[in-house]
Amino acid sequence: MVQTVRQQVLEIIAEQAVVPVSEIESDATPASLGLDSLGLVEAVFAIEETFDVEVPFNASAAEMDGFDNSSIAAIVLGVEALVSARARPAG
Amino acid sequence: MTRRVVITGQGTVNALGRNVAETLAAMREGNAGIGPLEFRDVERLKVRIGAQIKAYDPAAHFTPKERALYDRFTQFALLAAHEAIAQSGLNFADETGRRTGVVIGTAGGGLGTQDDNFRAVYQDGKNRVHPFVVPRLMHNAAASHISMVHRLLGPCYAVATACASSNHAMGQAFHLVRGGGADVMIAGGAESMLNFGGIKAWEGLRVMSQTGCRPFSLGRDGMVQGEGAAVFVFEEYQHARARGADILAELAGFAMTSDAADIVMPSVDGAARAMAGALSDARLNRDEIGYINAHGTGTRANDSTECRAVARVFGDHAARLMISSTKSMHGHLIGGTGAVELLAVVMALREGVIAPTIGFQAPDPECPLDVVPNTARAARMTAALSNAFAFGGLNAVLALKSV
Repeated sequence: MVQTVRQQVLEIIAEQAVVPVSEIESDATPASLGLDSLGLVEAVFAIEETFDVEVPFNASAAEMDGFDNSSIAAIVLGVEALVSARARPAG
Repeated sequence: MTRRVVITGQGTVNALGRNVAETLAAMREGNAGIGPLEFRDVERLKVRIGAQIKAYDPAAHFTPKERALYDRFTQFALLAAHEAIAQSGLNFADETGRRTGVVIGTAGGGLGTQDDNFRAVYQDGKNRVHPFVVPRLMHNAAASHISMVHRLLGPCYAVATACASSNHAMGQAFHLVRGGGADVMIAGGAESMLNFGGIKAWEGLRVMSQTGCRPFSLGRDGMVQGEGAAVFVFEEYQHARARGADILAELAGFAMTSDAADIVMPSVDGAARAMAGALSDARLNRDEIGYINAHGTGTRANDSTECRAVARVFGDHAARLMISSTKSMHGHLIGGTGAVELLAVVMALREGVIAPTIGFQAPDPECPLDVVPNTARAARMTAALSNAFAFGGLNAVLALKSV
């Protein structure tokens, strides 16, 4: 069975946060999962490696700048957009 | 009787200038040394800005035999040491040479040499490297070459504590002179990480700005790296007096602490304890401090944490003192940064000119201090601090007094 982008992103975040995927509520944020900035940096790296995309995430900028990481739902949406942009032929 | 330690020479090469005079002129003007990076494979990086020393020709300063032995960070250290020692007027031919040592801070050592030679063996498939790779890349290369060139026979070593390396190095040198282990110490820091491997590693941490260094400002988005060196001559006060040396400032106190908490996130407590410790060591009251040269990296985490630590240590006086980050101009020299920043502290004490925090756009409520935005300021004071807070949770703060 092919995993959706959403499932894979949640698994990556769950691994970094050391929580089961089933415990990630729909309104979860990186902070509510106990994910610190270094954990978030590692999760973004894993997302980039998994999907072969560039995530414009900067740990030193505000959480809405560049790449919205204010919630897990926002991260999933952001990665889905990056993956679909990559899938589209260039030009 | 307690031995006092004074500064009798200073030298530098960095993106703002090839010597102290050029560097201080740029700081007074609020000039930025930050621009597009130029080196092999820069197009494979996302971060392409830095405070790079441009149009630098090693052949103008060193013989072919010296160039074969000197990594770029060693070259910068030697140039800075030469300027500092020349200003001090010291002659090391006599007993003074036996009583003089060197401590140089660096985080990456000969990182350019490593980058070039890893590329040669891994990417280019070469099976032979130059015989001097090891003596070029070792962290103590700069300190050792300074000791050899100037025949300095006392304690000589390198200190590596990431972004606090040069403050730790200068603090150790201060302790050696104050404690009697040496009469003169050549101390400072040098760094040259502006190469593909160096920046690629930092890029991974996602704390580097792609737009500019704006410490304490709303809308700041990270640090910008610089390169270069600054080196000082620290001398026992009576030794300097006896020979009629021009005393630039007194190094009055030093403290170092460890957060023992997180490998990259700074802590208010560790930073505050280091500042309070430096004040206590220097026997200074907090209201005597007119200026703090901030660590001020331009990251979200450092700048707000540093401001909270200053507020905790200085209380009401925090609102009256000035604090600026000159990294906005010369970039973050990592292991060399505290040394270049000490130049701004000496300028504040000697000349009454406070170097600004440039790139400042708007106040951040999390950084509610007088950060001397964008324009240098004239102000007289008798004491100042210089902060350095490193990855690894290592804090090192120097306290200086005017003489």
